[in-house]
Amino acid sequence: MVLTAITVAVAYYDLGPLNTIVALSIAVTKATLVILYFMHVRYSPSLTKLVVAGSFLWLFILLSITMSDYVSRGW
Amino acid sequence: MSDTPSAAHPAHLAHHFDTVEQQRESSSLWMLVFLSQEVMFFGGLFLAYLVYRSSYPAAFAEASHHLDVVLGGINTVILIASSLTMALAVYCAQTGKRNLLVMFLLATMLLGLAFLGIKAVEYHHKYVDKLIPGVAFSYPGPNAQHAQLFFSLYFAMTGMHALHMVIGFGLLIWLVNDARKGRFTPEYHSHIEIFGLYWHFVDIVWIFLFPLLYLIGLHGVPGGGH
Repeated sequence: MVLTAITVAVAYYDLGPLNTIVALSIAVTKATLVILYFMHVRYSPSLTKLVVAGSFLWLFILLSITMSDYVSRGW
Repeated sequence: MSDTPSAAHPAHLAHHFDTVEQQRESSSLWMLVFLSQEVMFFGGLFLAYLVYRSSYPAAFAEASHHLDVVLGGINTVILIASSLTMALAVYCAQTGKRNLLVMFLLATMLLGLAFLGIKAVEYHHKYVDKLIPGVAFSYPGPNAQHAQLFFSLYFAMTGMHALHMVIGFGLLIWLVNDARKGRFTPEYHSHIEIFGLYWHFVDIVWIFLFPLLYLIGLHGVPGGGH
C-alpha cells in the first residue's frame, strides 16, 4: 500500500516539464510496480513470471529490430 | 472418481484440476498469456508511433502541444487510483469481505467512467479544433501533414485504449452483479482475480501513452517551432 502511494505521487511529478528519458523511466518504474504488486507477479509461480518476461522479450525484439533498421537507413 | 462435491473436490473445482490452487494458478497464467498477445497488439501501435516520431520529431513535439496535459494528468491519476481500488477488490475477494468487494468494484467502475468522461471531453476539444484526421483536418502550424500523422496515432492508440476501458466497464457490471449475490468466496474468486489482471494491464498501457503523447512537447525540442 505504501508503494501504491508512491506510484500516485510519481504520477504528479510527471506533470512537470520533464524530458523524454525521465518521463519514460518513470513510466517503466510505474509499470514495473503495477506488474509486481497489483498483478501479484512477484508472489506468483515461476511459470507465470516466465510468461510475463517472455511477453516483454518479444516486445523488445519487435521494437529493437525494427528501429535498428529505421535509424541505420541512409535517407 | 465421482462428480459429487466433497471436501477434497468442491463444486467450484473443475474436474480436470487436482487442487483449487492449481486451478487458480492456471486461470491467472492463461490470462497473462492473453495479455501477452495484447502487449504485442499495443506494441505494434507503439512501434508505429516510434517510427514516425523518430522521422518527424519536431512536428510530433509541436502537435503534442495541442493535447491538454492537465486533463491527461488527471486521467493518469484517476486510472492509477482505479487500479488501486481494483487491487483492494481482489484483496477483499481473497479475504471474503463481500460488502467491501462490491464497494471497491463500484469505485473502480466509477473511476473508469470518470476516465472515459474526461477522454470524451478531450475528443470533443479535438473535434472543435478540427484536429481529427480526415477531410476536416485543419492545422494552424507548419508540418500539417506530419501533425496529422501524430493525431492519427493519437486517436488510434487512445481509441483502442478507451475501447479496452469500455469492455472492462461492461465486465465490471457483470462482476458487481455476481459479487452482490455472494458468488465469490475466498476459495473461488478467479473471475475477480483475472479481471484485476486485465484492468492493471489497461492501466499500464495508459502509463506509457501519457508521457509519449502528452509530455513530449513540454520541453524545448531543437527546431520545434515554438
